[in-house]
Amino acid sequence: MIFKHAEAVLPGGIKRCDVRTENGIIAEIAPEIEGEGIDLSGLTLFPGLIDMHVHLREPGFERKEDIESGCRAAVKGGFTQICCMPNTDPVTDNKVVVSYIKARAKEVGLCKVHPIGAITKGQQGQELAAIGGMKAAGAVALSEDGKSVANTRLMANAMLYASDFGLKCLCHCEDAYLSDGGSVHEGLYSTLTGLKGVVRAAEDIFIAREILLAESLGLPVHICHVSTYSGVQLIREAKARGVRVTAETCPHYFTLTDAAIADFDTDTKVNPPLREERDRLAVIEGLKDGTIDCIVTDHAPHHEDDKNVEYEQAASGISGLETSFALSYTGLVKKGALTLQDLAEKMSGAPAKILGLTGGAIAVGAPADLTAVDLKEEWTVDPALFVSKGKNTPFKGRKVFGRVKYTVVDGKIGYEERV
Amino acid sequence: MKRKDLLGLMQPSAEEIDEILSLGLGMKERLKKNDKSLDVLAGRSAVTLFYENSTRTRCSFELAAKFLGAKVVNISAAASSVRKGETLVDTGKTLDAMKNDFLILRHPMGGAAQLLARTVTAHVVNAGDGMNEHPTQALLDMLTMRENFGKIAGLKVAILGDILHSRVAKSNLYGLKKLGAEVSMFAPATLMPGGLERMGAKVCRSREEAVEGADVVMGLRIQLERQKSGNFPSLGEYARYYGVNEDVMKYAKPGALIMHPGPVNRGVELTCGLIDGDRSRIGDQVLSGVAVRMAVLSLLGKEE
Repeated sequence: MIFKHAEAVLPGGIKRCDVRTENGIIAEIAPEIEGEGIDLSGLTLFPGLIDMHVHLREPGFERKEDIESGCRAAVKGGFTQICCMPNTDPVTDNKVVVSYIKARAKEVGLCKVHPIGAITKGQQGQELAAIGGMKAAGAVALSEDGKSVANTRLMANAMLYASDFGLKCLCHCEDAYLSDGGSVHEGLYSTLTGLKGVVRAAEDIFIAREILLAESLGLPVHICHVSTYSGVQLIREAKARGVRVTAETCPHYFTLTDAAIADFDTDTKVNPPLREERDRLAVIEGLKDGTIDCIVTDHAPHHEDDKNVEYEQAASGISGLETSFALSYTGLVKKGALTLQDLAEKMSGAPAKILGLTGGAIAVGAPADLTAVDLKEEWTVDPALFVSKGKNTPFKGRKVFGRVKYTVVDGKIGYEERV
Repeated sequence: MKRKDLLGLMQPSAEEIDEILSLGLGMKERLKKNDKSLDVLAGRSAVTLFYENSTRTRCSFELAAKFLGAKVVNISAAASSVRKGETLVDTGKTLDAMKNDFLILRHPMGGAAQLLARTVTAHVVNAGDGMNEHPTQALLDMLTMRENFGKIAGLKVAILGDILHSRVAKSNLYGLKKLGAEVSMFAPATLMPGGLERMGAKVCRSREEAVEGADVVMGLRIQLERQKSGNFPSLGEYARYYGVNEDVMKYAKPGALIMHPGPVNRGVELTCGLIDGDRSRIGDQVLSGVAVRMAVLSLLGKEE
């Protein structure tokens, strides 16, 4: 297939060119390729987007999302590869669940799905999960997801043992004694709402621990969804002294602040919580200077019943796959913080490198994973139009730029916008 | 007052608060004469829906509604049923389907009154939601102050105690600031939330600083469970270093009033001498409570 007349975001720069794919691989990139093809005039062609932090909810919570609806949301959002977190039921802590997810995703056949295994059995923080077996079945990383492994000896062992299988730990950072059930950032808005607050240190303490463990053991580690200015600084300093730490953040952390919680909209409840303006600006600065390597969604779809309750009772999380690109483009590129090439790196190149996935660049010989976007199109976020089962978004009604038109996975069109 | 619900004192204007207080003063005069036979809510129904224990607030609302002629039903749900049983939204829809005019909600979680108000067509009155607001408590405090001083503007009010967990302190701060009073606050560092200066409070470093020049000194209830969670070592130590006693009151204006939303831990937030002394308005606050709730219910019910 030939994709014609696009502005392609290539490793060497942005060029108007045609891209020919063959057997799922990019076979040729040239100014003009002879033959029939799909006309992408006016569109920008990115390397297929990769989201290394998604919740697909299957098995166990299919009321919130399943692999099929999650993959539909992914390709609609421009994602060609997604990595799904292990907080399923049963927990993804063994090869059987990993194999099930891989098999189900293959049946659905929309995008590539890479399971992430739990660090400990049942995410209980007591014993290591079956890491070797999960790797053999196709797990690409490990994560305790939604909590930290409180026992530091066990976490050190997890990093060491995982390294034998070439796996990294992706760390949700939270001192549960300090956060103590709080549901929002501690500051003016926790006082205004009377909702129990969580101080930055609850996140920062475990960011620091994981960095120090990685440094001490000489191993890599990845920090999930960084939300605090002080956490960004910890990672920046660690990178400067050579620690092999990588980090991610989410669109809500560089788009919103805790002011959004003021009228108790439970769609603003997310963990870690929305923070203050200084944190939002620091996250953007971290993306700019490379402290934060990549953008993920932490796509956390929930059923309406999980959100239409008291704020403190509500489930945490934001359904993010269908808004991530537009929020990132609107909030970062249009505001001048990142270039289009930076954005391609944060949303495709870097996650591929961090997890050792093929893809992440438009290059001859790479998988034919492509995302074509109309950057000029402005649209309004309307959760009723989401294909994800999770309609939970604090961005409802927000105007954004950048509309995904085609998502191509292994040379096949996984999504095409129909008007 | 043109609003469906009373969810807090953050939203209403100074004029609306003033209107409630003015009507409340009239109601209180009637009550003092033992006149309990108004009929402005005749033919209406009110439900008190309490997910937390309460004696005085619930009784106060029930009497206020009955003195106005409404039919009243009381529902108490143990706090545990919030987690196990029917959701608040479904309970609200059920009570709404029964054509109730007023739902008076007490709930352990902040924002619960907003959630209920969005769900139902009945008037919702917040009788305390988590650590968010308790507007009628603040209104009864302000009614008591206005009755004693003739006005709120220019008063200095000191609030001491567990500010962090206090919906009363916040509702008072909103209401008092809107009516032109100054509010100073003092608490152990473990029980003092951030951001209060930006909300207009003077945050103090000592009891004496907070009480200095005050017209009103308000103690807030200390709950023993806060000690167990490590906020302070013991009630005895709290009383000694943070309680209001006769020595601290020397910094207040002569004749400054003592108030407390109750129930009081005698000898902890306030000494027994202050609780039972001439300057205490703790008993009078209770009557103000019935009066101001009568004012709120009749004003909310009026628009129909």
